[in-house]
Amino acid sequence: MKFTLSWLKDHLETDEPLDRLAEKLTMIGLEVENIEDKAKALKPFTIARVISAEQHPNADRLRVCMVDTGDGGAPVQVVCGAPNARAGLVSVFSAPGTYIPGKDITLGVGTIRGVESRGMLCSAAELQISNDHDGIMELPADAPIGAAYAEWAALGDPVVEINLTPNRQDCTGVHGIARDLAAADMGKFKDPTIKPVKGEFPCPVKVTVEDATLCPGFALRLVRGVKNGPSPEWLQKRLTAIGLRPINALVDITNFMTYDRARPLHVFDARKVKGNLVVRRARDGETLLALDGRTYNLDPATCVIADEHGVESLAGIMGGEASGCDENTTDVLIESALWNEINIAQTGRKLGINSDARYRFERGVDPAFMVPGLELATKLVMEMCGGAPSENVVVGKAFGDDRVIDFPVTEVKRLSGIEVPQPEMKRILTHLGFMMAGPGPVVKVAVPSWRTDVHGKADIVEEIVRIYGVDKVPMTPFERGDDARKPVLTPLQLRTRRARRALASRGIIEAVTWSFITKSAAKLFGGGQRELEVANPIASDLSDMRPTLLAGLIAAAQANADRGFGDVALFEVGQVFKGDRPQDQFMAASGVRRGFASSEGLGRHWSGSVQADLFDAKADALAVLAAAGAPMQALQIVAGGPGWLHPGRSGTIQIGPQNVLGYFGEMHPRALEALGADGPLMVFEVILDRVPEAKKRPTRAKPLIELSAFQPVSRDFAFIVDRTVKAGDIVRAAQGVDKKLITGVNVFDVYEGKGIDDGKKSIAIAVTIQPREKTLTDQEIEAVAAKVVAEVTKKTGGTLRA
Amino acid sequence: MSDLATLETSILDQVAAAGDEAALEAVRVAALGKKGSISALLATLGKMSPDDRKTQGAAINQAKDKVTEALAARRDVLKSAALDARLASETIDVTLPLREAPTDAGRIHPLSQVWDELTTIFADMGFSVAEGPDIETDDYNFTKLNFPEGHPAREMHDTFFFHPKEDGSRMLLRTHTSPVQVRTMLSQKPPIRVICPGRTYRIDSDATHTPQFHQVEGLVIDKHSHLGHLKWILHEFCKAFFEVDHINMRFRPSFFPFTEPSLEVDIQCRRDKGEIRFGEGEDWLEILGCGMVHPNVLRACGIDPDEYQGFAWGMGIDRIAMLKYGIADLRQLFDSDVRWLSHYGFKPLEVPTLAGGLSS
Repeated sequence: MKFTLSWLKDHLETDEPLDRLAEKLTMIGLEVENIEDKAKALKPFTIARVISAEQHPNADRLRVCMVDTGDGGAPVQVVCGAPNARAGLVSVFSAPGTYIPGKDITLGVGTIRGVESRGMLCSAAELQISNDHDGIMELPADAPIGAAYAEWAALGDPVVEINLTPNRQDCTGVHGIARDLAAADMGKFKDPTIKPVKGEFPCPVKVTVEDATLCPGFALRLVRGVKNGPSPEWLQKRLTAIGLRPINALVDITNFMTYDRARPLHVFDARKVKGNLVVRRARDGETLLALDGRTYNLDPATCVIADEHGVESLAGIMGGEASGCDENTTDVLIESALWNEINIAQTGRKLGINSDARYRFERGVDPAFMVPGLELATKLVMEMCGGAPSENVVVGKAFGDDRVIDFPVTEVKRLSGIEVPQPEMKRILTHLGFMMAGPGPVVKVAVPSWRTDVHGKADIVEEIVRIYGVDKVPMTPFERGDDARKPVLTPLQLRTRRARRALASRGIIEAVTWSFITKSAAKLFGGGQRELEVANPIASDLSDMRPTLLAGLIAAAQANADRGFGDVALFEVGQVFKGDRPQDQFMAASGVRRGFASSEGLGRHWSGSVQADLFDAKADALAVLAAAGAPMQALQIVAGGPGWLHPGRSGTIQIGPQNVLGYFGEMHPRALEALGADGPLMVFEVILDRVPEAKKRPTRAKPLIELSAFQPVSRDFAFIVDRTVKAGDIVRAAQGVDKKLITGVNVFDVYEGKGIDDGKKSIAIAVTIQPREKTLTDQEIEAVAAKVVAEVTKKTGGTLRA
Repeated sequence: MSDLATLETSILDQVAAAGDEAALEAVRVAALGKKGSISALLATLGKMSPDDRKTQGAAINQAKDKVTEALAARRDVLKSAALDARLASETIDVTLPLREAPTDAGRIHPLSQVWDELTTIFADMGFSVAEGPDIETDDYNFTKLNFPEGHPAREMHDTFFFHPKEDGSRMLLRTHTSPVQVRTMLSQKPPIRVICPGRTYRIDSDATHTPQFHQVEGLVIDKHSHLGHLKWILHEFCKAFFEVDHINMRFRPSFFPFTEPSLEVDIQCRRDKGEIRFGEGEDWLEILGCGMVHPNVLRACGIDPDEYQGFAWGMGIDRIAMLKYGIADLRQLFDSDVRWLSHYGFKPLEVPTLAGGLSS
């Protein structure tokens, strides 16, 4: 919402300087976004006369001008490239040192093709007052030489722009803004009664409203015998100042009423309207060429105003070209109506029209001002264009619903903490147009018709508090109470937090990638369902909710490689989506390692250059699970994983087949190709929600430790097994022999090759036997060893290596 | 010179000449071994007269002691020299560079770090952390938050939608974390004190907007909390978060459908060549919106607005992270450029605590 200072002063009698007004506007909720003060910005630009303009000796297109700047000194030499620079021309001059807003430069003394230039003659574009840069400005011959241009041109009226919140429809007009300022002690509100203009004859056009829910009220009047031409200079200047283009008096009046009174109107050229007007839903197939020059296809969801020709106007949004007013208009129909806010919003959105009328109607205009607005507009039309007015035709309601709120005055203190004296409450509300009656403690507050946003007690509190001063709200310490200090994070939040630190501690860098990925990537990882496809994506490659973090991480790893950083380890802990219900969203922790980004460290190194391998990914996954509090002893590692992993270099981490916690391995080359990434890449993904919750223990004390007095014994075994036998199975078999005595089984050698038959391998394990009650005899140890051999042989078909 | 003296001199010479421990051992065996020269002399003592034995015995034992002593001294010298020689051969180039420690190389993303900082501050004030799904219903994201159907306030949120379902309803990506407040109020009885951090989405993309971003909202519902408490909490938070002794904040009236009265909050700062200083300067920087929870919202969540009251606030995690850590472009947060992440990220052991400082 934009207005000028002088415009505001039409509605507010005030001596307050602009900066005070601006500060107050912000502090009562009408945030000032910008103040454009052309008089200030253009102060150094003065009016000057070109005395002579000679051809530049070294350039065809340049002229050397001698300029009288009116400062009483000698003429100033200026080199000028404008085709219209000529002797006698009065234009705008800027001296060296002046900032030229249109060019974003500060002028200096220059030498142009060997001729000195001590200033510049300016175009309107250089002053940023229009887009006109065809030559320097041409001012009337009698313009005062030496005077400040902006002041002479009356650009001295600062333009204020406020960032209006959507609830304050009443402040889409300058009148409403002035009312708020007056309530905040910034001056006296000028609110003279609007006198009706007496009609001289009945309005010949009848109005029918087919659906009162779409159009609660409609007022119309004819003014006959008008002369439509350019509107008066004051009106044109105001409209120009706020960025509107003056068109003709009748149209300018409607725009003025929109910005002055928050009352959008429409004018029809009465001679172009055939028969009576009907407000109805559009019919399928109807179209309208609107005033913006575009043709709109309509349907029954759209409310229109039609005559015997058909649709003439998009109700409350934009008029039609065919019945628009121009210089030839002699009879004008002025429409002032009320429209259904939701319908206006939906229609405007659907047709893509952002008009000033839509902006106001969808926020709900003052119903009680429908007829006064028409009267005021009639008066302006008659003042500017003459003519004879008809009587008003009014259909439907011309007033709002009475809203009276029972208001306990203690609400102000209850919600805001401020103690506002009751007379002050009354003063504020009265200034804002409310009526407060009764002695309290519960008073009656009547809401003015224009405050369509006020419905309840809290709204009244807001009105009082914002005018009384939000800065007066007392800072009040918030007691945290005497509840015991307890951890506030949920188990999943804790896991998430620990997972991040655990992975970063392994030298991996955390990334945050997009929640959306391409459809093809989503499908590759088992996603891409229709319910996870964004209907209006911002870009085609951000179309589907991610079923995995890996797609984003792999793309990120590739992007880093393309930048020259090929040895990269990235992780992310974030949400993944398997469906659109809350229970289908999971917290995943994933990582990718590329090139020489092994857990040994990044890049090649004299101590050994180690490429990342699947055991790095496995270690990453297990580190996350350990940090997340997973029962590490219960985890099973099963060979293989989903199809996007290398079939022979991947593993699944589970607690039984029903609870898969995650996967690790090398990416399948085909998957990488589909993702447009180079490999090999080592990846893992773990779903943190799937980690079983640890049992709550009643005490923080750790279980008692049992320190054996007897030395542990270690025995080594080497087994020859088929190549397909898993080391994990050998370890488990050995561990299972005696859970009490055997405290550790460690694989210390894996060998294939010379000395071992094809298709076989040797796996060597060290078994730690921890005596509990007494030192074991050799026979006892041998017995355990024999059981280990027997059990491994039984479970894996292996034989003890000779 | 007597024979004994000659022998002694000869042996001592051999001790001195021994080049290593093996040679020295040979000298020892030749002198003091069972068949050694001095041992042989000692064996002759038994056949001597008591007088001779007395004089000769003393002389021979003296020579033996001297030799023994010389052997020990020589052994020490040789042992030490051998150790020196071994050590000399074991020299390693200590200037060879180390690998960077994983705890130095790894990084926590600035957003995660700030998440931890926020949680730490608010946990201390007695807030717990609530979360909810990114994919929400229109009801939770808008209607229950007092955004009437078709209201222009809905258009302040450029919403990502999913395809309509058979019943005509359609899911959306939450445009704020306020639906978590709704879920909290529906599932929990007052008093309520929660913060709701999470990822949010709007159709927008430039240097200060990305289609995904992060918010943290706070919610307090009880029987007495008012704007004054809200002001205090936000003040305390800003001082703690930005790690400054004082901060100037400006509260101004505004509008949000879900609060009434509604306020926007600016903090005073000075911008100097890309660096922002808080608690000084001329600029006011908007950082959050807040207000008393709208009675319609309380009612929609089954709470009686005449019995209970409370406030809520919301701010951008990305935005406050950028402000605090001097990050210029929001989009870089999601670019996954390791150079950027290594620079703006945090080491894994830099865990924010109140005792040790949020960022040290």
